[in-house]
Amino acid sequence: MSKPAELPANNDVDIKTGRLTQKQYEENFGDIHPPLDQNNAVIEASRCYFCFDAPCVAACPTSIDIPLFIRKISTGNAKGAAKTILEANIMGGACSRVCPVEELCEQACVRNTQSEKPVKIGQLQRFATDELFARKDAQFFTRKKPTGKKIAVVGAGPAGLACAHKLAQEGHDITIFEAKPKAGGLNEYGIAAYKVPDNFAQKEVDYILSVGGIKIEFGKSLGKDITLEALRKDYDAVFLGLGLAGVNALGIDGEDIEGVEDAVDYIEALRTAKDKAKLPVGRRVVVIGGGNTAIDIAIQIKRLGAEDVTLAYRRGPEHMSATEWECELAQTNDVRIRHWSMPKKLVSAGGHVTGITFEHSKLDSNGKLTGTGETYTLPADQVFKAIGQTFVPSPLQDNGKDLLQLTKKGRIDVDADGATSLSGVWAGGDCTEGQDLTVAAVAGGKKAAIAIDRALREKK
Amino acid sequence: MADLTCKIAGVTSPNPFWLASAPPTDKEYNVVRAFEAGWGGVVWKTLGEDPPVVNVSSRYGATHYNGTKIMGFNNIELITDRPLDVNLKEIERVKKNWPDRAMVVSLMVPCNEDAWQKILKRVETTGCDAIELNFGCPHGMSERQMGSAVGQVPEYIRDVTSWCKKHSDLPVFVKLTPNITNILYPARAAVEGGADAVSLINTINSITAVNLDVMAPEPVVNGVGAHGGYCGPAVKPIALCMIAEIARDAACKSVPISGIGGISTWRDAAEFIALGSGSVQVCTAAMHHGFKIVEEMTDGLSNWMDEKGYKTLDDFRGLAAKNFRNWNQLDMNYDIKAKIDPEKCINCGLCHIACEDTSHQAISVAKQDGKNVFTVVDQDCVGCNLCMHVCPVDGCITMNRVDNGKPYMTWNEDPRNPANKKSA
Ligand SMILES: Cc1cc2nc3c(=O)[nH]c(=O)nc-3n(C[C@H](O)[C@H](O)[C@H](O)COP(=O)(O)OP(=O)(O)OC[C@H]3O[C@@H](n4cnc5c(N)ncnc54)[C@H](O)[C@@H]3O)c2cc1C
Ligand SMILES: Cc1cc2nc3c(=O)[nH]c(=O)nc-3n(C[C@H](O)[C@H](O)[C@H](O)COP(=O)(O)O)c2cc1C
Ligand code: SF4
Repeated sequence: MSKPAELPANNDVDIKTGRLTQKQYEENFGDIHPPLDQNNAVIEASRCYFCFDAPCVAACPTSIDIPLFIRKISTGNAKGAAKTILEANIMGGACSRVCPVEELCEQACVRNTQSEKPVKIGQLQRFATDELFARKDAQFFTRKKPTGKKIAVVGAGPAGLACAHKLAQEGHDITIFEAKPKAGGLNEYGIAAYKVPDNFAQKEVDYILSVGGIKIEFGKSLGKDITLEALRKDYDAVFLGLGLAGVNALGIDGEDIEGVEDAVDYIEALRTAKDKAKLPVGRRVVVIGGGNTAIDIAIQIKRLGAEDVTLAYRRGPEHMSATEWECELAQTNDVRIRHWSMPKKLVSAGGHVTGITFEHSKLDSNGKLTGTGETYTLPADQVFKAIGQTFVPSPLQDNGKDLLQLTKKGRIDVDADGATSLSGVWAGGDCTEGQDLTVAAVAGGKKAAIAIDRALREKK
Repeated sequence: MADLTCKIAGVTSPNPFWLASAPPTDKEYNVVRAFEAGWGGVVWKTLGEDPPVVNVSSRYGATHYNGTKIMGFNNIELITDRPLDVNLKEIERVKKNWPDRAMVVSLMVPCNEDAWQKILKRVETTGCDAIELNFGCPHGMSERQMGSAVGQVPEYIRDVTSWCKKHSDLPVFVKLTPNITNILYPARAAVEGGADAVSLINTINSITAVNLDVMAPEPVVNGVGAHGGYCGPAVKPIALCMIAEIARDAACKSVPISGIGGISTWRDAAEFIALGSGSVQVCTAAMHHGFKIVEEMTDGLSNWMDEKGYKTLDDFRGLAAKNFRNWNQLDMNYDIKAKIDPEKCINCGLCHIACEDTSHQAISVAKQDGKNVFTVVDQDCVGCNLCMHVCPVDGCITMNRVDNGKPYMTWNEDPRNPANKKSA
């Protein structure tokens, strides 16, 4: 094993705030995709063939009628286009910014086969929703006659909000219990800042709530301030959109030393920081993980002024769950990606991380990941863990006993309608199994809302 | 290399591409630039009697389609708004400096012999190659009993043409208006009057769009709008048909044709010539892209002629006119079926939904590996071509002949024709 020779001593640890000028922060966290203007939107829209049984629609978890909304854009009817979008996906605005379209709708576009250039569905979706939100008459959703039914939704993330919005339209009254002080879930606290600049997440939440009939109680945490049993008693139905509260551990010694941070927590700090100059940023940063969270933290720490950022992943490029577009974005942001590197040992001095040692890895003849025995060490002032989030079941436990059934992977077990094993309780979004994407959470919330509404009407 | 020299009604130009009488040929400055760019000739912007007309603003409307600009174009401009003297001097100078290019002067004066005699005397002094009588302009001038107001009355066409022949030795091109029910009547009248050639089409009466805020036709002039003349790519099919009608009409006696209407590329020009045009005239395409397009036009035409082995324009002129027939001369036994190439198919489904909703329900859908696979059901396909036209992939849907061994049979010979049953 090679020894960590060239590592800095403790007094060399270089973590600073305010590495950049105010203007640099603004540029680095501004809009990553400049929006299409009217003219370019129409030109792009005219590339859509208006396919029959369009594959893009099938590829969208919320089944937005994409050809129809694009055709509406091409005829100068952006408001109508936005209506088509939002009726299928109330977070169509956020999704147009954060969806990995290269794996969803745009991947399915028939234009890929023809010209390798799909219609820019995401950009067009953003055009339509932006146009709508800029209007005074943006609100076109209405509520049906009050039903007198009360529904509790836990979690004001995409799943909870989508569920609440749909149920509010049906005339039910919704109370959302949200542990945090703001709504939006990871749209507000987790998504990379440059994907949703200008406080977009809150503007979208305001739009969703303006339909009426939805009340949010902030700072109310299930398992602490409220219990599932009480909700079941007080409400006609309960929807759980809890997201993922836990993170995976590296499983190596010294994870709690200073400078070793959890990526999701850091991103939350970044998203909520009034002044980005106050965030501590290392000079040399190592990110561990191969998913979009790893990419997001790597790019954002780089954009906060880190000098040298390496993303280390234990398998090969083909195994990364981050999309190709995200990996390219990391690379154009000067993030170095090292594959086949398993974290072995944290190096520290004076209680602070100074480096991390990796062992090269490979797949053995059985396809199992193993170390090769060779190691290398990277100096690091900061190490970010981004190796996956987990569902924390404790809010759903009574004296350590699960009140509802979990899957093998430890998420809430639901049927096709989002119903859990406990009657009157539905769930959706990241706390259930699925794609772990904003759009999938919206789809889960909407699907459960339809089932809840049906169940309540049948019950009478 | 093919020889693009064009000869029509005694006028020669190094290539058949002329600029039509319109703003691009309004004055010496433009015309010299056009000749420098390579245009074979021009028809000078229509001259009239002094004092010159006065134009309004705005002047142009357009039809944009799916993000493509100017599918069609319309204008409410009148004839030249510059004094006759100024125009004549410039024409004379340009012709002297560019002797090999065709210089045709477009004219429009009131419908009396005297007025025409007067202007002809003056025009002859410029050394121009020919005159073109503008009987086309559908707006403004027609309200003053000129332009299409003359062009819609065959007797006037005949009379004015014969006056021009009488008072001048210059070849006379008669420019026809498409704003009539049958192009053959004005064309035959021109021939009767002694026309050396006909030019067509002039612009089509039109409202390009309605401004839904102002609630007035475009182009809006202070809250209201007038009808204008439509031209550009959208009018090409109408122009082609009118030219073909004249080309095959015995009474038109093979009068030379200067083809106009939506010509934007060498291919458009080749089609006009194949239907019998001598020279071809261009306006909108030049107004949209500038004079440089002529480089593509001459080069493209020449390359295509080389490929086809045509040495001169006469080698293919009118070849397609010979195959322009009435419906009752078509072969009732000709049978074709659509075929979809699965290798090229991108699964858009447009062929299916077009045939299913609006044609003959002859394209089936089946799911295969999560994708829609489309197949033509031969016995239901009537060979209409719809699917081929809607398919966005070139060459993916082809129409293939079914060899049924039956002879060429027209409707007149067809036993299914009720008229034949009676006689049988
Ligand atoms: C760093 C990061 C980047 C991402 N980037 C993208 C991206 O670019 N594109 C994309 O499509 N997806 C992205 N995702 C995934 C996406 O954000 C999630 O799939 C989506 O937000 C899931 O929605 P949800 O409503 O299920 O959960 P969440 O958004 O997590 O919302 C859950 C809500 O429930 C609240 N809550 C949790 N527990 C309790 C409790 N006990 N009591 C009360 N309230 C509670 C939480 O505070 C939160 O507001 C990213 C995720 C992360 C972590
Ligand atoms: C702005 C404008 C002005 C025109 N003025 C005249 C004119 O003065 N005399 C004339 O004979 N035709 C005039 N035309 C008609 C053109 O010569 C030509 O016949 C018509 O535009 C069709 O050709 P295109 O499709 O290539 O434009 C004018 C057309 C335009 C667009
Ligand atoms: S040619 Fe016409 S009838 Fe035949 S398959 Fe195509 S659309 Fe249908």
